[in-house]
Amino acid sequence: MLNRYDPAQNERKRLRGAALEIVGLTKRYGSVTAVEGVDLRVAQGEFVTFLGPSGSGKTTTLMMVAGLQQPTSGQMFLDGTPLEPLPAHKRNIGVVFQQYALFPHMTVAQNVRFPLEMRRVPKHEADRRINEVLRLVDLATHHRRLPAQLSGGQQQRVALARAIVFEPSLLLMDEPLGALDRKLREQMQTEIARLHKELDMTVLYVTHDQSEALTLSHRIAVFNYGRINQIGTPAELYERPRTRFVAAFLGDSCFLPGKVTRVSSEVAEIETAHGLLRGRNSGALGPGAAALLAVRPERITLSRHASGKADNNLAGTLQQIVYLGQSRKLIVRLGDGTIVSTLAPITAEDEGGFDPGDHVELAWSSRGCNVLTDDGEAKDAE
Amino acid sequence: MILGNAWRSLTPGAVARRIICGLTICYLVGPLIIVVVLSFSAAQFLTFPPTAFSFHLYRNLLDDPRWGDSFVTSVSIMIPTALAATLAATAAAYGSMRLSPRLAALVSGLILAPIVVPAIITAAAIYGLFERLQLNGTLAGLILAHTVITLPYVFITVSASLKAVDPRLEAAARTLGAPLHTAFRRVVLPLIMPAVLSGLLFAMVVSFDELVVSLFISTPEVRPLTVQMWSDILGDVDPTIAAISTLLLGVALFAMCGQHAVRLILRARNRIDGVA
Repeated sequence: MLNRYDPAQNERKRLRGAALEIVGLTKRYGSVTAVEGVDLRVAQGEFVTFLGPSGSGKTTTLMMVAGLQQPTSGQMFLDGTPLEPLPAHKRNIGVVFQQYALFPHMTVAQNVRFPLEMRRVPKHEADRRINEVLRLVDLATHHRRLPAQLSGGQQQRVALARAIVFEPSLLLMDEPLGALDRKLREQMQTEIARLHKELDMTVLYVTHDQSEALTLSHRIAVFNYGRINQIGTPAELYERPRTRFVAAFLGDSCFLPGKVTRVSSEVAEIETAHGLLRGRNSGALGPGAAALLAVRPERITLSRHASGKADNNLAGTLQQIVYLGQSRKLIVRLGDGTIVSTLAPITAEDEGGFDPGDHVELAWSSRGCNVLTDDGEAKDAE
Repeated sequence: MILGNAWRSLTPGAVARRIICGLTICYLVGPLIIVVVLSFSAAQFLTFPPTAFSFHLYRNLLDDPRWGDSFVTSVSIMIPTALAATLAATAAAYGSMRLSPRLAALVSGLILAPIVVPAIITAAAIYGLFERLQLNGTLAGLILAHTVITLPYVFITVSASLKAVDPRLEAAARTLGAPLHTAFRRVVLPLIMPAVLSGLLFAMVVSFDELVVSLFISTPEVRPLTVQMWSDILGDVDPTIAAISTLLLGVALFAMCGQHAVRLILRARNRIDGVA
């Protein structure tokens, strides 16, 4: 629901968030480069997620925007105003930290009051805003508790309340749900989505959890080795990954290596060990380039006999069937030993139909798979 | 009989452990008890056990102005020393957290030097320097010297406590609109307060107890209690020393209790805030 970002819809609400522009942002520690040449434009009210493995530079980028780390080079603009000259406390950017960073010696209300005190908000106005924001995060009865007396989820919500109570122009969240268990995470995801919609904030969100990124974001920036590997809507990234790293980090993919033989405007043909295969030319590759055909397990259909309807066909032996509840994973071994996983939903009438050892035909459409650059990153992603 | 049963149920190892612990305690506490008992002796010489008890040693203490004067001197050194050392060491501990690890090691090495370097060498060095600066025999000189000596104790206590404070708390305060000094005062300082206060008490005890350096740089006009005791014992063995030792013991006990009380009060305050 949140994924469809509609700027026109925001015009109708009270505008609060600012637009962020990052140009060539780089951070080096001695000879180590943590972030290299990050370019990014975030629109007013947009929810952008930085997704990537740990150490890929996403938190460092966030901390530079917050003003807690100094960039080696590059610029940042918030609604056109350069950020670098401003110290962290003058940026008016809310940050929710990993492990919340609540002040342990202050009560919930004192924690939330802190940013208002720093801004010299009159007491009655501060009281009103504290009440409002604590109601918003569903903690209206917890004013006088200490952080240590709250559950993880409640602490998380106090941290959120504290970061939004002063109406920041930008909200940064650094793996805010990392310390929560799965049930609570999902609950908090819904909560964050609701708050974002209600308050219409611009949000930068860091996570290494792909499902969190898919659920919450308008756009996802996939980080690896300090660079943005690819940026796009969740659907774009899932449907049209440009590199092996993105295809493997976001969802599952089977990779079949080969060499590009022919390219048309949309489709690239690739010569693999299993014959000619076709897919969308997502890596912008020319003939002769080493490439990978990446296909999602759920796009592959399995049958006993070749039908010839699809434009990609392979034959193999069913090796193993894994029951996953909602679906069934069928692992197929191709002639040369390559393993291809496929995913089939389980329906009410489902009888399975296949047994390990069966000869099976794999088929999928060229429109449901991608020919992309082999950046050799699949191992890091998994 | 009951005691016998309790002993019988113990393994030989446990029995040995208890005996060793008991002997150690006797060894450590025994002399203190003897001194306290002696201080109430009615005898003119230090003899144990005393044959009769009286307060005459304490009366000596009050009658002889040297003791009172040197006590006042000690206190007037101790209080400014403890305050200066606590201020400087807290600032140093906080600052050295921001240095590169190598530079931080150098800084803490320098600050801790008075503990590592033999006291007699520190004393001689300070004496030599103060001779040129004409600080020997002055209250300011003694305060300065004691500050250097007590600095490491506060530094160690506060550093340990600072390491336990999540650096993200200060970062959070800054993103919420607090300049660095406000972030320190409102967030970091309250969290390390128990350690700062323990450091302060520690510095007071160390300063009050210091002898070697004071011996070098004090004069009969400005003479702390420890130096007075030392010269007294060198001359004739005046049993008044037992009374003064007992008083010193009292000061140390008071400091320990004070530190404990600070912790209890801070903990209780948090609990009340939380429940209300």
